[in-house]
This record gives sequence, structure tokens and C-alpha cells, in this order.
Amino acid sequence: MMTVITFTLLLSLGSFLAGFLGALTGLGGGVVIVPLLALVFGVDIRYAIGASLVSVIATSSGAAAAYVREGLSNIRIGMFLEIATTVGAVVGAMIATKVGTGTLGIIFGLVLLYSAYLSIRPQTELPPDTAPDRLAQALKLNGTYPTREGVKAYAVHRVPLGFGLMFGAGTLSGLLGIGSGAVKVLAMDQAMRVPFKVSTTTSNFMIGVTAAASSGVYLARGYIHPGIAMPVMLGVLAGSLAGARVLVKTKSKSLRVVFGAVIVVLGVEMIFNGFTGRL
Amino acid sequence: MKPQSWNDHRIEVIIGVLLRAGVLIAAAVVLIGAGIYLLRHGSEPVDFRTFRGASPQLRTFSGIISGSIHGSGKSIIQLGLLLLIATPVARVAFSAIAFWLERDYLYVGITLAVLAVLAYSLLGSAMR
Repeated sequence: MMTVITFTLLLSLGSFLAGFLGALTGLGGGVVIVPLLALVFGVDIRYAIGASLVSVIATSSGAAAAYVREGLSNIRIGMFLEIATTVGAVVGAMIATKVGTGTLGIIFGLVLLYSAYLSIRPQTELPPDTAPDRLAQALKLNGTYPTREGVKAYAVHRVPLGFGLMFGAGTLSGLLGIGSGAVKVLAMDQAMRVPFKVSTTTSNFMIGVTAAASSGVYLARGYIHPGIAMPVMLGVLAGSLAGARVLVKTKSKSLRVVFGAVIVVLGVEMIFNGFTGRL
Repeated sequence: MKPQSWNDHRIEVIIGVLLRAGVLIAAAVVLIGAGIYLLRHGSEPVDFRTFRGASPQLRTFSGIISGSIHGSGKSIIQLGLLLLIATPVARVAFSAIAFWLERDYLYVGITLAVLAVLAYSLLGSAMR
């Protein structure tokens, strides 16, 4: 059996790598933390989810300072949608305390496979739809963002659909201890037609608040264990900051494919272990 | 379409700095707790395979604070994690003030609604 010091060092290293690769590929490190803990370190999935949630807050808040300087995120879209994500997160965290660990593992595996699919799917931005939308106007969600050709305006659409999808993203976040950035971005750019750059940074902004909403439930239930959350939080934070520094402009395609493949393997294993009752 | 005001951007920059500072302070507190925890418990065996939950003292605000005062490494780590959780909450609170200064009362209301959900979760479950 491992000692506390070995466990802490190995887990810090693993979390650093997860955070580093997550930042480099833009997939986020949080999504591999739970399988890393549950499959590699043999930690109970409830502890894994608690630790992962904490690391999600750290990376989201740590990256925010860099994002806002560019003036891309839309604070009103973020705040409005946070009503949906935070309520969803509390609901998700409450569901998490009621379902079995096997079920959690299976749902987690499916989300991993979906994230991998999103990462290989060619990203094509829908043409901007500038027709006004009354609800978006009433909520002052339309905005502008800097591009190479100067400041561009964009109009937001299908607000109720986006709001509903965000509730789902929040529920997943609270249920599995992940940021669900992929679902958030999807809701914003596919449903609401927010430009990519704006949706990515706004989503990052929302992730921390969403995760904070479910952390209260997790803390009270004892899911957040200092011996596990400590190396995960410090490792992922250091890794993602290092990754963001290296990143700058290299959007390595092959790295995305490799990391995507790792996610698929982990997803399949989570589903398998969930069904066979090994989680 | 009304362009986003200069004020919005300034608010965002302040919020960004606030978040970064919160995370760094939280990480520093977690590191201090980690040092004490590893010195005292480093050579003990770990067993996280079965779920028992963190001990009751590590689950409430009052328990974490009193444990930290007594120099418990685990409690200080939890205190750092509480500070980390508090950073996005502080961001929401700060946004409410910023919208108020901009006289955007619709968004003051929206922001307070988000704050209410956060308070319900954090105070409701961890305050006891």
C-alpha cells in the first residue's frame, strides 16, 4: 500500500500532466482527473469527483485574468446564463449523492466519449445571424468583439434554448465534478450563435461560478477530502498555467488527436467498470 | 445595437485580477497546509478505495476554521479550498456592485439571483 507522501507526489505529477495537456489541447484537464483517480489510483469515484470540481474552479479562475484582457467575453451573457448553470449544478450535486457509483461511472464515460467526439469534429462557425431577436435585445445580450478587421457586432438568438442547454450543462457539472465547457460552448455557438472566441472565453468565465454552486453540497457530504483535493488542485493549476504559457500559438493537431484517443480509452474503461461494478 | 461600453471592459479587467489573486492566495494556503499534513502524516498508508467521507470537522465552515487555528494541516488545506471556492462567489458579488454603478438594474437583479443560488448551496449545506 502507498504512503501518503508517495500518493501525494504521484498524484501531483499526474494532475500536472492533465492540466498541461488540457490547456495545450483546449480540452480542459478536469475531464481526465476523475478517470485518473478512479482507474489509475483506485480512489472512490465520489472523492474523485470532489477533487476534480475543486481543480475546475482553480483553472477557470486562473485563466480568467488572461482572457478578460482581450475583451472577448460577454459578461452579460455569462451572468444571465449562470442562473441556469448554478441551479443545474445544485440539482446535479444532489442527484450525485443519490445515484450509485456504477451509474456515475457510466454517465462519466459517455461524457468522455462525447468530449472526444467534439474535439475531432471539424469546427465550422455558422455565419453570423444579424436579424434582431427581441428577448436578446431586452436582456442586452448582443455585443461586439475585437477581430483582425476591427470591432465586429454580433446578435444573440434562441435565448430560451440556450438557457435550457445551460441548465443541462450545469447539472452535468454538478453530477460529475467537471466544467462541462464543451456543452457550454455548444449551447452558446450552436444554439445562440455567439461567435467562437466569445463563447469560449465566456464559458471559461462561467465554469468557476457553476462549480462553486455545487461545491457546497460536496463539502457538506465529505466528497472534498484534503488528502486528494490538495495534490489535484495544485497539480492541475500549475500544469494549466504552464500549458497556457507554452501554448501561445501552437495549436498542435496531433496532440489533440493523442489526447482525444486517451479520453476515448478512459471513457470506454469507465463505462466497462461502471457496468461490472468495479467503481 | 448598443456597443458594449468602455465601463464593461474595465470591470472585466478588475474582475480578472481579483480572480487571479484569489486563486494564488488559495494555492498558497493549500501549500502551507500540505506542508504540515505531509510532515505529520507523510509516512502513513493511504486508503481512499472505500468512501468514508472527509471527517465531520472538515465539512463545515466552523469546523475548518477552528481546526486551522489549532494548526491542523488537513483543516488548513480545506481553508485554502474554501478561499478558492470563494473567489468566483466574490466575482459575482463584485459584478452586482459594478452593474449598480452602471445603473443597469436589470443585471443587478440577475446577478443577485445567481448570488442567491450560491448562498443557498454554500451557506445551506456548510454553515451548520
